[in-house]
Amino acid sequence: MRNIAIIAKREIKGYFTTPLAYIFIVIFLAMSGAFAFYIGGFFNREQASLATFFLYHPWLYLMLVPAIAMRLWAEERKTGTIEILMTLPISTSEAVLGKYLAAWGFTGIALTLTFPMWITVNVLGEPDNGVILAGYLGSFFMAGAFLAIGSCISALTKNQVIAFIVAATVCFLFTMSGLELVLSFFRGWAPEILVRTIASMSFLTHFGAILKGVIDIRDLIFFGTLIAFWLFANVIIIDLKKAA
Amino acid sequence: MFDFGRPDEEAATGLNNKINRQPLGITTMAEKIVLNGLTKRFGPILAVDNISLSVATGEVLGFLGPNGAGKSTTMRMLTGFIEPTSGTAEVCGLDVTRHPVEIKRRIGYLPEGAPTYGDMTPESYLGFIAEIRGFNGPEIRRRIEAVTKKVDIGSVMRQPIDTLSKGFKRRVGLAQAMLHDPEILIMDEPTDGLDPNQKHQVRKLIREMSADRAIIISTHILEEVEAVCSRAVIIAHGRLLADGTPEELLSRAPDHNAVMITVDTNKSDAVKKTLEGLDAVKNTRSEKTANGDTRLVIRPKKGKLIADDVSQLLRSKNIPVQEMFVERGSLDDVFRKITKDGKSAGGGTNA
Repeated sequence: MRNIAIIAKREIKGYFTTPLAYIFIVIFLAMSGAFAFYIGGFFNREQASLATFFLYHPWLYLMLVPAIAMRLWAEERKTGTIEILMTLPISTSEAVLGKYLAAWGFTGIALTLTFPMWITVNVLGEPDNGVILAGYLGSFFMAGAFLAIGSCISALTKNQVIAFIVAATVCFLFTMSGLELVLSFFRGWAPEILVRTIASMSFLTHFGAILKGVIDIRDLIFFGTLIAFWLFANVIIIDLKKAA
Repeated sequence: MFDFGRPDEEAATGLNNKINRQPLGITTMAEKIVLNGLTKRFGPILAVDNISLSVATGEVLGFLGPNGAGKSTTMRMLTGFIEPTSGTAEVCGLDVTRHPVEIKRRIGYLPEGAPTYGDMTPESYLGFIAEIRGFNGPEIRRRIEAVTKKVDIGSVMRQPIDTLSKGFKRRVGLAQAMLHDPEILIMDEPTDGLDPNQKHQVRKLIREMSADRAIIISTHILEEVEAVCSRAVIIAHGRLLADGTPEELLSRAPDHNAVMITVDTNKSDAVKKTLEGLDAVKNTRSEKTANGDTRLVIRPKKGKLIADDVSQLLRSKNIPVQEMFVERGSLDDVFRKITKDGKSAGGGTNA
């Protein structure tokens, strides 16, 4: 635990010693606001809720989270610091978790900084704060799932651009997998059970369920399992590269 | 660029004396690193081919070899960064693949190119290393101060590592490796990119640390071997081709312990004949010097020292000699001889 915390601390510090953190936060805040107000019609709806704000988070994350995740391992490999990190007296899982938690914590910070939205709806009306809390929680978990995918893919390459593109594509498939666009690709040949499994992987479906304000434990378990799976794969990939 | 072949002789011999004085029994007891048939294959490329060796406390072992010989790959297996295809590496009696965390605790490692987290300052970087090495509170401060003084980076502690010169970066890397005072130090080209003064300083540091540690360094600067190593191995194409003290390796040089004298060309044939009469002399050859005199190279029979005999003979015959010195032979020659002779099966890799 101590090692995970030390690594996470170093990583988080790293975000804030470079412009990366500030650029990410500013763009995240600006875009989440812009989507909510202009595309979502935040005011026109005249509803005291953050539904339009959360609605666009999957799409925002699709672009921004792979950008955070791409450097996690690819950069270490490129600069050779992975040789320092992996010859320190820590296990591979500690390194993976430390780096992952730092990145997740960082997206958490960015998400928290959208609190003026929450204040605004509370000033203007009387929103259901439980639903809003559920939205934040769901959004946070969804970001975590995107990040775990990105982290794992970043471990496969030393090229950050490749890591970004592949991660963004995989995240896109997970986001859209409930929609006809993706399903029709499988429907022709895959057995029904597989199609249904793919459909059940959809981030949009699970996130949408959470947004309704009912925190179904199954939706959180879905994201949690997904995170665990991808991080596990991440550890395996790093260990395999050691033996390759 | 540097004074190849004419190294810090004083230092090298000083170190050898120290090593030689150690009782043999202790040396075998204190074997810290044992490689047994260590082999690494990257796809079709055999990077390290069946290397076996051991290093004891008090030894500084030099890995010599051309680029792509497998030096770095061997070090990476030893430090647990990559796993061997076959064979074993043991550190302090622990197998590196079975006890990765324990062996990493005991090793200080400077990887090739001395990578560091460039956006950190040396201060925060070493702080991170100290924490992850398990130190707490004031001990962290103390460790960082001590190691900073050793490698002399006190003046740049608050600048991002990315903005530092190559020499400083390398020394930050060294500080990282030495911070926890490890019983085993593995350094891949520790003096690469340092200026001659800094090289001298780092070599001194390595010698100072060597008494109670097992140290492996890799280098392709041969003077470094004579300056700091108590033992050296030559690796080429992944194979271990020679293993011995720098002196032993030097004795493989064609002109090792040959006596060179410069005499008047008119008399050179007579002198040559006289000298060949000596028992310990194997053969002589003559070559012209730039100003028309003749230099005679008198090679001794294996294991003989002839300087004394030669000078006495010359004096008794009253032969005037313009200069006379004993050639030690150069590691460069030995290195070339051994690495060229080694059949080029396998092929090198930069991995």
